[in-house]
Amino acid sequence: MTTTAATPSAPVTPVTAGEPTEERPPGRTRVALRRFAANPNAVVGAGVLLLLFLLAFAGPHLTRWSHTDIDYGALRQAPSAAHWWGTNRIGQDVYAQVLHGLQKSLLIGLLVALFATVLASVVGACAGYFGGWTDRIVTFCIDLLLVFPAFLIIAIVSPRLRDTGWLAFVGLLAVFGWMITARVVRSMTRSLKERDFVRAAQLMGVHPLRIVFRHILPNVSSFLIVDATIAVGGAVMSETGLSYFGFGVQPPDVSLGTLIADGSGAALTYPWMFFFAAGLLVVFVLAVNFLGDGLRDALDPTSAQHRRRRRRRKGGRA
Amino acid sequence: MTGPYAEARAEAGVETEAPVLALRDLRVDFTGPDGPLPAVRGVDLALRRGEVLGLVGESGSGKSTVALAAMGLLPRTARVGGSVRVGGDEVLGAGERELAALRGRRMAMVFQDPLSALTPVHRVGDQIAEAVRIHQDVGREHARRRAVELLDLVGIPDPGHRARAYPHEFSGGMRQRAMIAMAVANDPDVILADEPTTALDVTVQAQILDVLRTAQRETGAALLLVSHDLGVIAGMADRVAVMYAGRVVESAPAPELFAAPRMPYTLGLLGAVPRPGARVLTPVPGTPPELRLLPRGCPFAPRCPLADDACRAAEPEPVGGEGHSVACVKANEVVARGLTAPELFPADVPAAVREEVPRDGLPAVLRVEGLAKTFPVLKGAALRRRGGSVYAVDGVDLDIRRGETLGLVGESGSGKSTTLLEILRLASPEAGEVELLGHDVRGLTKRQARELRGSVQIVFQDPMASLDPRMTVGDIVAEPLRAQGADRGTAARRVPELLRLVGLEAAHAARFPHEFSGGQRQRIGIARALSVEPELLVLDEPVSALDVSVQAGVLNLLRRLKDELGLAYLFVSHDLSVIRHVADRVSVMYLGRTVESGPVEEVFARPRHPYTRALLSAVPVPDPVVERGRERVLLAGDPPSPVVRAEGCGFRGRCPLYATGLAPEGRSRCERERPSGAVACHFPQS
Repeated sequence: MTTTAATPSAPVTPVTAGEPTEERPPGRTRVALRRFAANPNAVVGAGVLLLLFLLAFAGPHLTRWSHTDIDYGALRQAPSAAHWWGTNRIGQDVYAQVLHGLQKSLLIGLLVALFATVLASVVGACAGYFGGWTDRIVTFCIDLLLVFPAFLIIAIVSPRLRDTGWLAFVGLLAVFGWMITARVVRSMTRSLKERDFVRAAQLMGVHPLRIVFRHILPNVSSFLIVDATIAVGGAVMSETGLSYFGFGVQPPDVSLGTLIADGSGAALTYPWMFFFAAGLLVVFVLAVNFLGDGLRDALDPTSAQHRRRRRRRKGGRA
Repeated sequence: MTGPYAEARAEAGVETEAPVLALRDLRVDFTGPDGPLPAVRGVDLALRRGEVLGLVGESGSGKSTVALAAMGLLPRTARVGGSVRVGGDEVLGAGERELAALRGRRMAMVFQDPLSALTPVHRVGDQIAEAVRIHQDVGREHARRRAVELLDLVGIPDPGHRARAYPHEFSGGMRQRAMIAMAVANDPDVILADEPTTALDVTVQAQILDVLRTAQRETGAALLLVSHDLGVIAGMADRVAVMYAGRVVESAPAPELFAAPRMPYTLGLLGAVPRPGARVLTPVPGTPPELRLLPRGCPFAPRCPLADDACRAAEPEPVGGEGHSVACVKANEVVARGLTAPELFPADVPAAVREEVPRDGLPAVLRVEGLAKTFPVLKGAALRRRGGSVYAVDGVDLDIRRGETLGLVGESGSGKSTTLLEILRLASPEAGEVELLGHDVRGLTKRQARELRGSVQIVFQDPMASLDPRMTVGDIVAEPLRAQGADRGTAARRVPELLRLVGLEAAHAARFPHEFSGGQRQRIGIARALSVEPELLVLDEPVSALDVSVQAGVLNLLRRLKDELGLAYLFVSHDLSVIRHVADRVSVMYLGRTVESGPVEEVFARPRHPYTRALLSAVPVPDPVVERGRERVLLAGDPPSPVVRAEGCGFRGRCPLYATGLAPEGRSRCERERPSGAVACHFPQS
């Protein structure tokens, strides 16, 4: 048995006996939100992400240039009053281009990570929880998708989806990015299923899907969040790779990935073509990581402020 | 049987001999992230030849650390101070080479978990032979013969053959015997046994304690027995030392300590153990202190009803010398006023007033007849097919009336948990009948099953594992209500009331399970079960993961709830003293079958099935006089495998009656016919 630091001597809320309207105890969502707000890293991460969105969607209106405009009088010009972040080799405004690219990358990165993680968690948890034929069919599909050459298929399919735009591209990236996560979630679920609290819920008559969403998924959430934050960076990168080969975002449309790919050759000679795009990508990925860490700590009651105390206790029992 | 205590007393002059193991002011600090974390804070102990010293304490009191320190087995990160002398040699600060010469030869250790203490890839005999050869210059063949002798000494049947077996082929009890054989291989001066029987069943525990006694008598070694079980200590120890918060707070000869404890903590601890005759247990309030944040003064003061300013000013030193030493300023007051545990720690339960209602008039809550459940044993890798069956439950009968507690007793593997799950599944059983609140579960519609689920709830053994770590206590407690279709608001409003019902505070609803102590977590589990106002509560070993002082509190709570709410309990436990304390009726299981059932007083006073008799005589009682005076029925061997469904009586392989007390025609009846009836034995004793 572990003895915890929590003492029964906590302040008692003065509740007069027999009073019918007692305050409801806060549920897990409210507790998690409160903990999230109390975590400085998380708040900074969320704030920076919000600023990035603001910059990406409001920023272009501050300049008279659009990302397709070409200023023939200003080729490869350093940042100035006319072109805040300079121009590229054909006279396009870097500020307008980077912000437009940021729009694309923010949406692609976050949406792909979100879709892939949601798909992976639901499919993996259901396969692990229900077992039997559900599990066998799902595992077979996962294995099948894993052996498909994703790059090749996206390369073949994406030109046909050109008319539907970048959303279809997000869908494609998500569909090929969830399998490994799902396998991990599945095996975690199988071990969680044996735990007493899941058995308790089963015996209470809680609906199986409700058990999956209320008990299984919250208990794998730490992994899911870490995985999703990595997936954000990964999605931006694979979009870049595909765009480079001419499948993803196509000119005249731009993304951070295409801008970085274009500018990397000029990184040392005309640094503004490269560093604004690269810098924003770094800030974006960092913000997502901070946010993810904060979210994980907020959802995991035993983490952050409690982790230190726990470690100490373990030392005492060794 | 006369215990070693009597012998030690008989050997006059033993007292003057130099101790074989002497601990002086032993201090152990572990390094933690916030500075040193004390685990042992100044322990003095002395063991003489042939003496058995029992070291008792709750989890976290430092008793195991003392044993490890004596062996020099603490991790490097631990800072150890003071002195540990074995014979004349200092253990602390000794190099690995000197320690290696001491370990095994002069002192040996028996661990709690015998599976992890034996190397799985070597034969048991070879491991014992190796222990012999390390310290004695003998040939391989000689060592092997010695190993067989040792296995014979610890009572392993057919030792020559079993020496060639691997550890996984041994049962838990046999592994522990092998460990003891290894410990005594080199005639050590001191044997340290750290919870040697905690992982074993009662009947096996009785065997092992017997073996330990034999081994100790054969070698004449001193035995340091570390245990949380006061019953085991009472049966084995000559002297007892009670530890609390890293110190020995009271130490005395066993009969004296159990008869007249002087420290309030010892008093509380003894009062918390269920024993015949005690209807109300005395829980010690509060939880043991965190050793890093020890208050000034006596560490027990915050939980002690006698504590005053003198207690809080300075930590009392043990006084009383070799005889009965106690570290408490109030010891004299306890002796002078002749305080008893119930006076010192008043329980919050009034002694139950039992109304004598004729049992037949009460409505049945649960009726189970001939329940059976088998699990397939799968064979083959690619095409898995049924190769046999595990007969987990094979003929269980239960009968619980309203407001009644049925204790379900059995050793591990007897099918208790499977029985519970079969009942709670509310689906058609493989064989037999389950009737819950008058509904046969066979014909239930989905809707009826859902409603019935509300009236039967379960409390699990491990209070940490059964609470979702990611949910707040409020959500956990409200969950069964939500499953029954209550809306969020209604469910949440019930939570404060439920928490107060089980002795927690309404404010605890916003916290998470890991912030609570074991006893509090179990209370949360009970609150969750009570939220839907069930009629039957199934308690699956609800207190076996808890310390005695906390266990008493939970048992008292269950008792109070039963009286207040008129609940019926199906109380599963391997601990017979707990069953005797809480149950009205008892049902004994062996190998998936009910072998005996009846009112608890009757079964405990006059057990009729030979298995029940053996089980009862194996339970240690926390009273040295009773414990040493009584006659024991020791069962041979371990429960057989449930994969083979033997003809005739399943118990006959271990039955003392079958082995010696039956005529040939009686024996053949046991072999042919399966016994049935209220007592599943062809020759029940009356």
